[in-house]
Amino acid sequence: MKMSLSYDLFRPYSLSTTYPLAGDGACSGNGPESVELPLAMPSPSLSRSGKLAGVAIVLLLVFVFIGPLVWQQDPSRQWLSQISMGPSASNSARLVDNDSLWQPRGEVQTAVVHSANTEFVRLQWPAVEGVHAYQVFRNFAEQSGLGIPLAVSRVAYYQDELQLAETRYRYTVKAEGSDKVLAEWEVTPEPAMSRFEAQLQGLPEQSGRVILPAHPLGTDALGRDILARLMAGGRTSLMVGLIAPCLFIAFGCLYGALAGIAGGWLDNVAMRVVDFVIALPFLLFMILLRVAFGIGPGEDGVFPLILAMVMMSWTGSARLIRGQVLSLSQQPYVEAARLAGMGRLQIIVRHMLPNVLPMILVSFSFAVPSAIFTEAFLSFIGLGVAPPSTSWGAQCNDGIKTLLSHPQQMLLPAAMISIAVLAFNTLGDALRDAGDSRLRELS
Amino acid sequence: MWTFAFKRLLSGAVTIWFIATATFFAMHAVPGDPLTRDKAMSPAVRAQLEQRYGLDKPLVTQYRLFLGNMLKGDFGISFTQENRRVNDIIREHFPVSAMLGITALLIAFIGAVAAGSIAAQFRGQWPDRLLMMAVVAAISVPGFVIAAVAQLLIVQLNNRLGQPLIPVAGWGGFSHLWVPALVLGLGTMAYLSRLMRASMLEVTNSEYILAARAKGAYGWRLFWSHQLRNALLPVVTELGPAIAALTTGGFVVELIFAIPGLGRYFVQAVQQLDYTVIMGTTVFYGAFLVIMVVAVDIAYGLIDPRIRYSRGR
Repeated sequence: MKMSLSYDLFRPYSLSTTYPLAGDGACSGNGPESVELPLAMPSPSLSRSGKLAGVAIVLLLVFVFIGPLVWQQDPSRQWLSQISMGPSASNSARLVDNDSLWQPRGEVQTAVVHSANTEFVRLQWPAVEGVHAYQVFRNFAEQSGLGIPLAVSRVAYYQDELQLAETRYRYTVKAEGSDKVLAEWEVTPEPAMSRFEAQLQGLPEQSGRVILPAHPLGTDALGRDILARLMAGGRTSLMVGLIAPCLFIAFGCLYGALAGIAGGWLDNVAMRVVDFVIALPFLLFMILLRVAFGIGPGEDGVFPLILAMVMMSWTGSARLIRGQVLSLSQQPYVEAARLAGMGRLQIIVRHMLPNVLPMILVSFSFAVPSAIFTEAFLSFIGLGVAPPSTSWGAQCNDGIKTLLSHPQQMLLPAAMISIAVLAFNTLGDALRDAGDSRLRELS
Repeated sequence: MWTFAFKRLLSGAVTIWFIATATFFAMHAVPGDPLTRDKAMSPAVRAQLEQRYGLDKPLVTQYRLFLGNMLKGDFGISFTQENRRVNDIIREHFPVSAMLGITALLIAFIGAVAAGSIAAQFRGQWPDRLLMMAVVAAISVPGFVIAAVAQLLIVQLNNRLGQPLIPVAGWGGFSHLWVPALVLGLGTMAYLSRLMRASMLEVTNSEYILAARAKGAYGWRLFWSHQLRNALLPVVTELGPAIAALTTGGFVVELIFAIPGLGRYFVQAVQQLDYTVIMGTTVFYGAFLVIMVVAVDIAYGLIDPRIRYSRGR
């Protein structure tokens, strides 16, 4: 009974409700002699930016996990007729039969457009005596000049199938070797889809037309819906970004705590190992380990990525926790608890854990953005997740190929990475500032 | 002092050995091997190639040979670029990476000192808030995005002007160097700016600055010879890790700007499973970083005896 009483006496020291301000003798009378501290974990209110960051993180999680339930497009489905499109609403397209070997029937007296849709534009012009080759050019209607040379045609007709969009084009035909314009058209192709692709995609046909789904953020260079891909990619990125830190911080804490408790030569050896792992160049070894673990056929490569990250990143929290365990075991309330007859495990659970928990939380929220960064970096150089799985970093890698013509394909996933990293960094800052002063040492 | 330096050097050497060993065994754990090509190889040719590269020997012998050759400073021959020595690859391409890294470090350091000082002088006012917002943005955006966007902007600028003012990619004179270096240094600059600001604020509120003011120092003189010098110290101590970050962080910038640096070769070698190049580059980079850290440590020991005693033990 007496034991438990003395234990209770010391309890306020570890999970303090009130304690005297340092140096309050000098400023007595000017302020309160003691400050009210909340019980157990310090949970003072977060700063405004911290709350904002928390909301942003929740929104991101909703976007990647609930979003696919609302927006049910398959992120790896390719729309061959809708490559690198800008944002588009749901659209209906005419079904057409594509025929690369199209030939017009007979000759014409004036320049004619036989058909103009996004699958093909068929042009025919009157043949000119003595000309044995025609040059066909295409340009956007609003731009001056001939534009791109499409073909040199030996016959007086041409079928254009080159990446047609629903914009106004100007076609020009000249005789080869002369500047004389033989024919000129201004054409706006109507939306169309080849019957073959419609069958491939399994789209239901309604009186010669099909309904194409909307792409609110457009499509990428392989005709995949960017919105659906951002959701799918974010799932991978955030999962790696959250699971890897959980694992390596848990491992690091366990390792550091065991080393700190064991002490002596065991502790020494354990810390030498930490020193060596810290000395390894991080990115080089991430790449190396990632390759060493390899990806089997049909795997998405997330597991080896997380494993490599755990192997390279656990040292920080191991050092932190070992230091904390060593300094905490010198604290009077821990000694008091020991004198009171508490077991080692009990001391750890009751006294040490509540004291290091805020620290673990803060280092976790700083570990998340760096894990997201690492995943993005590896995926960007092609050593991250394997297709058909995707991540924001992998999408940046896809998008950089079309950066000059369609910058949004790279900038959208890049913006998602930046928002996620910014949110977690801000949250980490806010948690650290809200906690006690020991946390300020964490970067 | 000498024991301190000796101890640091010894632990540095052990670290390099550890890096080499870890690299060697990580590389040999990789499924597949560099001799697997698209074209089928007859067993005789394969045996001959294996003999040439020493792959037919037991792993322990290979490891011993690797360590022995490494001590002689010989990393062997590349698997994919036949007859090219790894030493030659490093000798040819590391100066490019080093040049890029050092320029980036210079830009980052100067920029950070300027930004941190300005932010501290205008604490809480708009220059401070603007700079700190820029810092947060630079920390949050991945390096490859900054590099790609910089390239996009250069292309747009050159298009507007109708002539190539800044080269978009490649390697040559200073005109090729400064944009990639700026992009590479941006993250470090942001980090150092924060540090500089905090350190500057601490110095500004210290008593010796009050004393200097009382003795009549003000304006530039106060800033230059009292505040800046003292505030620089914590920033300078961060330069060692910054060098590490910049030399190994150059991969992406080198890839995007098509700079023939060592980082680009490393990524290529990893994708092609070029054992010797991967091991050579990793050990070289690792050794470089370790030597940097040890050199910085010893230099601090010379400057500040307190470090000598606390770290020497």
